[in-house]
Amino acid sequence: MAQWIVLRSRRLPFSFRLDGRLPGVILGLVLVSLAAMVINMGVGEFKIAPLDVLRTLFGVDTGVPQHTFVVMNLRLPRMLLAWLVGAALAVSGNIVQGVTRNPLASPDLTGVTAGASLAAVFFIVAVPGLPRNLLPVMAFLGALAVAVLLYILAWRKGDSPMRFILVGIGLQATLSAVIGFELTFGRIDLVTQAMMWLAGTVYASTWAEVNSVLPWIGGGLLVAVLLARHLNALNLGEEVARGLGTQVTRQRAVLLLVAVALAGVTVTVAGTIGFVGLVAPHLARRLVGPMHEGSQMVAALVGGALVIVSDLIGRTVIAPAEIPCGIIIALLGAPFFLYLIWQNRERF
Amino acid sequence: MQTFHAEQLSLGYTAEHIIDALDLQLPVGKVTALVGPNGCGKSTLLRGLARLLKPQGGAVLLDGAAIHSLPTKQLAREIGILPQSPVAPEGLTVRELVAQGRYPHQHWFQQWSAEDEQALHSALQLTKLESLAERGVDTLSGGQRQRAWIAMTLAQETNTILLDEPTTFLDLAHQLEVLELVQHLNQQGKTIILVLHDLNHAARCAQHIVALHRGQVIAEGAPQDVIVEDVVRRVFGVESQILRNPVTGQPMCLPIRLAQ
Repeated sequence: MAQWIVLRSRRLPFSFRLDGRLPGVILGLVLVSLAAMVINMGVGEFKIAPLDVLRTLFGVDTGVPQHTFVVMNLRLPRMLLAWLVGAALAVSGNIVQGVTRNPLASPDLTGVTAGASLAAVFFIVAVPGLPRNLLPVMAFLGALAVAVLLYILAWRKGDSPMRFILVGIGLQATLSAVIGFELTFGRIDLVTQAMMWLAGTVYASTWAEVNSVLPWIGGGLLVAVLLARHLNALNLGEEVARGLGTQVTRQRAVLLLVAVALAGVTVTVAGTIGFVGLVAPHLARRLVGPMHEGSQMVAALVGGALVIVSDLIGRTVIAPAEIPCGIIIALLGAPFFLYLIWQNRERF
Repeated sequence: MQTFHAEQLSLGYTAEHIIDALDLQLPVGKVTALVGPNGCGKSTLLRGLARLLKPQGGAVLLDGAAIHSLPTKQLAREIGILPQSPVAPEGLTVRELVAQGRYPHQHWFQQWSAEDEQALHSALQLTKLESLAERGVDTLSGGQRQRAWIAMTLAQETNTILLDEPTTFLDLAHQLEVLELVQHLNQQGKTIILVLHDLNHAARCAQHIVALHRGQVIAEGAPQDVIVEDVVRRVFGVESQILRNPVTGQPMCLPIRLAQ
């Protein structure tokens, strides 16, 4: 039986409740993530024993001078970025699924991340002179534009899950075609850059990339947890939520904006990594139930772990060559998506 | 709450009004049943009273203040509404559902106060759901599920509760279960306004009945004044005989045939 953990101050107006399963689940997921990170940082062309990775991380000398450079400058930023990207995609998906009350919704399936990609590719290929630090902004605007379009086309009149998915897939296909068009007719050197950037990978991540997304993703995750109770209310349906006193239109807009921002930002550093936003929220709900105070945190941890483990698999199965982690996740995620459709077959 | 009434209220989903310039007084402290045929506007009216539907004219007034101009969260501490057949997210437990009734009492950093906890317990107790608190809402029977949703509106701790067809899709025993709960809540001092399909149910649990036809109030008042052959004919288009319920003494409608 899952009891609640209540944090309450006697004197201050401060009180929270959390699902009793949360500490155990969080601890487990953190351990899995850390273990996968340490193993991941040890594999590759330059192999390092896990214990030496740990020593290096804690600043203990391992006797091999290259260890510090490889771990701290090459592999640690990659791990952190992988975790952040996974967490952001998972929480984004969790928000979208809660607001639309649709277990099949996620930013990558419905064209939102494709919108970010299109905007960024357009930016790289068509306007090569513009400064690169505008890329996240462009990606966010692209994601937002698609989200608004999706809302207008699929969702304004009632929340039919089927229509939402079909319109989303239509948008996704259209955007992919436009991206393909741009890549075909762009200048070859710029296209190569764009292609590198589009592949869902955290290959060759740098501290600069980690720093550029950390405030966005960190802030987004915090807001997502603080907004959990509004998301809970929306998840009961529009009328119940309004009866409870939720400002439905406003909370929906705020939450979707956070979701779009989280998904859009990941595209700027890791391209399009699919299925994390779909799968992680489901796993989170299985672990701690549908209340979003817990499921937001757990979805973030599951998403982070998922990307890191996939990256580890991608780096080891055909070593020394690498498979982008986006492909590994798609290989795992696509069957899961089919399973979800099958499980929800009475709903459509 | 002292007074609750609709003044020249017009409601609808398109330019055409389903309810047109309706004046209606809702007695405080009583159970009021809105009855009428399908499409008569009874659910529309209830949604209007609960500010789920914005009036196209007139207003719903709570102690003289138009509810549409009140902050929605403040109103949610005065009026609770349970829409028709709500669906809970998969895996949500009864306790988690009922706890969400506390939403209008919560703030950024005040999300589970001692009062919240107390309200949750008494809502579970009133609806006799304590033993089912850890069950998933989707695993309950129809009647239990309806009780869980009512418990959520109870946890809101409002004086007035609006219920949209709370007995629809339930079998006989579960219908009675819900009606008895409504009566019990009324005895605890709640004002209850509910939409019902069945006239005999309305006679059984309501002290005040409003009979609607095409958005107009045809009759309103105590059950014995509203449930009469003439009103049944005009509202439902059915010839009937009104008998006395031998157990409760309330009127009972026995439909005979369609009216000419």
